[in-house]
Amino acid sequence: MEELQQNLIPGAGFYQKHLGFEWGPGDLIVYETNYKLQGPRSAGSPSVHIVRRDEDICSPILRKLFSESHLIFVGLQKIKEDVPSKNKKSQFVSISKNYRSVIRACMEELQQNAVSTQSGSLASQYGDQVSILLAIELIWNLCEVLFIDAAPAGSLLLQLLDWVRLHKSDVDAKAREVLQSDSPAQHQSYWDVVISLVLQGRTDEARQVLSKQASLRAESSSVFKRMDGLLQTMPIFNPTGTQTLTEFEVKWRHWHEECDRCLQDNTFASNRHLETICKILVGDEDTLLEQKELLSTWYHFLVTRLLFTHPTIKPPDLHYYAQSSMNMFLGPRASPEPLDIILLSAFEFDLHQVIKDCSIALNNWWFVAHLTDLLDHCKLLQSHNLHFGSNLREFLVLEYASGLFTHHSLWQLAVDYFDHCPEFGRVYLELQIERVPLDTERKAIKVLRICEDRQMSEQVRSICKIMAKRALRNNRLGSALSWTIRAKDAAFATLISERFLQDYSNKGSFTDLDLLDNLGPAMLLSDSLTFLGKYREFHRLYGEKRFSEAARLLLSLMTAKIAPRSLWMTLLTDALPLLEQKEVIFSVDQTYELMSCLEELNSGTKHSNLTDQDEDIESTKTELLRLALARNLTMAIVKEGTIET
Amino acid sequence: MFVAKSIAADHKDLIHDVSYDFHGRRMATCSSDQSVKVWDKGDDGEWHCTASWKTHSGSVWRVTWAHPEFGQVLASCSFDRTAAVWEEIVGESNDKQRGQSHWIKRTTLVDSRTSVTDVKFAPKHMGLMLTTCSADGVVRIYEAPDVMNLSQWSLQHEISCKLSCSCISWNPSSSRAHPPMIAVGSDDSNITYSGKVQIYEYNENTRKYAKAETLMTVTDPVHDITFAPNLGRSFHVLAIATKDVRIFKLIPMRRESANSSGPTKFEVQVMAQFDSHNSQVWRVSWNITSTLLASSGDDGCVRLWKANYMDNWKCTGILRGDGSPVNGSGHAAALSQIRSSLRESS
Repeated sequence: MEELQQNLIPGAGFYQKHLGFEWGPGDLIVYETNYKLQGPRSAGSPSVHIVRRDEDICSPILRKLFSESHLIFVGLQKIKEDVPSKNKKSQFVSISKNYRSVIRACMEELQQNAVSTQSGSLASQYGDQVSILLAIELIWNLCEVLFIDAAPAGSLLLQLLDWVRLHKSDVDAKAREVLQSDSPAQHQSYWDVVISLVLQGRTDEARQVLSKQASLRAESSSVFKRMDGLLQTMPIFNPTGTQTLTEFEVKWRHWHEECDRCLQDNTFASNRHLETICKILVGDEDTLLEQKELLSTWYHFLVTRLLFTHPTIKPPDLHYYAQSSMNMFLGPRASPEPLDIILLSAFEFDLHQVIKDCSIALNNWWFVAHLTDLLDHCKLLQSHNLHFGSNLREFLVLEYASGLFTHHSLWQLAVDYFDHCPEFGRVYLELQIERVPLDTERKAIKVLRICEDRQMSEQVRSICKIMAKRALRNNRLGSALSWTIRAKDAAFATLISERFLQDYSNKGSFTDLDLLDNLGPAMLLSDSLTFLGKYREFHRLYGEKRFSEAARLLLSLMTAKIAPRSLWMTLLTDALPLLEQKEVIFSVDQTYELMSCLEELNSGTKHSNLTDQDEDIESTKTELLRLALARNLTMAIVKEGTIET
Repeated sequence: MFVAKSIAADHKDLIHDVSYDFHGRRMATCSSDQSVKVWDKGDDGEWHCTASWKTHSGSVWRVTWAHPEFGQVLASCSFDRTAAVWEEIVGESNDKQRGQSHWIKRTTLVDSRTSVTDVKFAPKHMGLMLTTCSADGVVRIYEAPDVMNLSQWSLQHEISCKLSCSCISWNPSSSRAHPPMIAVGSDDSNITYSGKVQIYEYNENTRKYAKAETLMTVTDPVHDITFAPNLGRSFHVLAIATKDVRIFKLIPMRRESANSSGPTKFEVQVMAQFDSHNSQVWRVSWNITSTLLASSGDDGCVRLWKANYMDNWKCTGILRGDGSPVNGSGHAAALSQIRSSLRESS
């Protein structure tokens, strides 16, 4: 097995020969160490190194590619299954074109940046990215023609011609240059332009350029007229017309024979350029190969060859011509590049190989994930008998999305991708969304919403708990409480309520009144929290001078055992001002209850850890209460005994 | 293909372990210089050292973070036969301005009679539980019953493995389908007990850990062991660093109803085995989604392994030091590459 290249980390391996490592989000930390040694050594480990793959995710321009293709992806997933397949095909083709236009837009921007940047290294980096995108678009376009549009014989060649023309745009530039010059026919690139146009099957344009020549030389105008005639009469299949493929084929043969006759008759012997063009029209392989420089690629050669020898080529026959074209064009010594292999696999309709080779060649899963997803929707993967058809699509989409997740803003796009992976999407999302750093409350809420929408209750609980804990550490009790309520964590709620109450007894007032006043049913999460909420309500009622309601509440806190024993003294002390109002607030029964609470409190275990002073204070309080209660009782009995008139 | 950025670590001796926190924004390093350092990643993406303190009286072998649900908590273990738990306390405002934080020791665990070789927190659904393993062959599982009071830890389980232990790994799966499971690796060269990886499982009925499986085919000293994150599979995946890299598949076998009291029986299969390091493998670790395994060996290389959708494993990257002294650039730079074999590709 061929060994991979080793990537060398500068500054490591000098002092110690082992490398330690640890996975981070999207990167690896690597450091020198020595696993065999035990005990200290004098040489230190000077640095740690953060290593990551050089991925496109870091480029701001490519990020646009990711976000725009994300929209297309989501739209694609929504296409209903029950739409008739004919309509669907045109939909898929249009989606494929959308993807390609996004790639092209990105390419253009990169190209502009490459030109305008000052930095040489950045320019070459942009240049590299442009070539990669060019290759991607080339492959995608071919896949669209062969697989998604699945053009039949006749249209197939026309679409392949379009494909070649789209990816060889320098012909137009040269043609413009020639036509705009003072005397086009004398231009050094004149014949190159004519031949290039013919090679691309653009006969009308070729005729236009040729006409510049014809006007000059009166004596050879007949030869030019002849060529013009040949070019004009070249049959082009019209897929929407009424002519059948067979009829076209017959017509084309006639024309082909006529071109051949011109060669046999030496009609163009006087002008070697026209002779060359005629040989091209006849599809002479050697002549075509002589135009290597103008063709520049083997697949251009392939399409041109087919145009002039087999314009009605059928899809299954393509691969034979593709392989031989590549061999002929590249010659025996040159070896094909990865791009060539991928294109060849496409011509051979070997989808699996195309996907596999693209996965290896590119350092980002974007292309294979989106293309495979589209092909899967076209039901193309299944028809190729790959039993893991949909698993392959899911595998690639998961890879792509997982890569996005490490990015600080693109991770949100990844969520949609996971949503559309039926087998493992959910579990991948659960695992990775927990790791999104909760830098701010806003970000935490964003993450939470995603989890809540998908009923990921454990993740919701965990994230809320982390935020609650963080708030508590920073003494932000209100924030901690609201996160705890959202986490539905009863134990933690108890803890925080106790902290609130502790704060209250230290400071004499509550913090975060808004929160406490609006707890609502969340209060029921824990007993301590319920008490806290109700206790605050008591204070509020008192403040609003709704004394009898406050009194009732206060009493219920003790009798319903909502209040912890430890706070009963505080509550009874809170009752004092109510007892000392001029108006009787506590009824007889209520006063009896308060009295029994007080006695219950005193009959309980004595606090042995109180100092003498504290004990004195406690007993004074008790005496005060007893007095106040007795007085209230008297007044209440009188009040209730009096008949109102 | 790869870019690297270096950070001056400033430890005065060998670094033995580095650990990222759960969110990847903080990191802890520990060293033979007996200290632990904590680093924070700022908004600018740069790492700053926010704490550095002496933690033990011997080399610190491993350091690990607790789940952030429990707060900012670290555990360390050392040659000095102890493990310690540390908690960050919110400092004074001027400390915050200087970008420093304080860590205080919450407890020291002194039960081991020999060097403590690994320390790991159990999965969070089990509560706040800390596990250590020592050269004395004992795995100890501690629990903090009150998560608000980290100074109280009780020793819940002591598992005697009969072999000197070098590493432990908890199965991170929180599925109710299987009970808590821990794998223990041994670097003992004892030939009598030849299986150097043992797997223990918690039994709800006896409330104890019982041995479920010994990997008898692993006969050489084991230096590192790690369960892969579960991802909804019905089987478990365990990677082992020994004289090569080995990945095992543990398939729980269905219980016969009569035998439901014993530990789960497993069918053990080897998913992959790589000897490319050509030497002892010292560390193995899974990335978060368990799609990549990294290993580090005596050949001074870190290798990355990946399975494709057909479950075929392949090496997808190799990292090595270039053998030069510190370059101090601190900028991310592309790594140069060399061909490792002398064969020309035809």
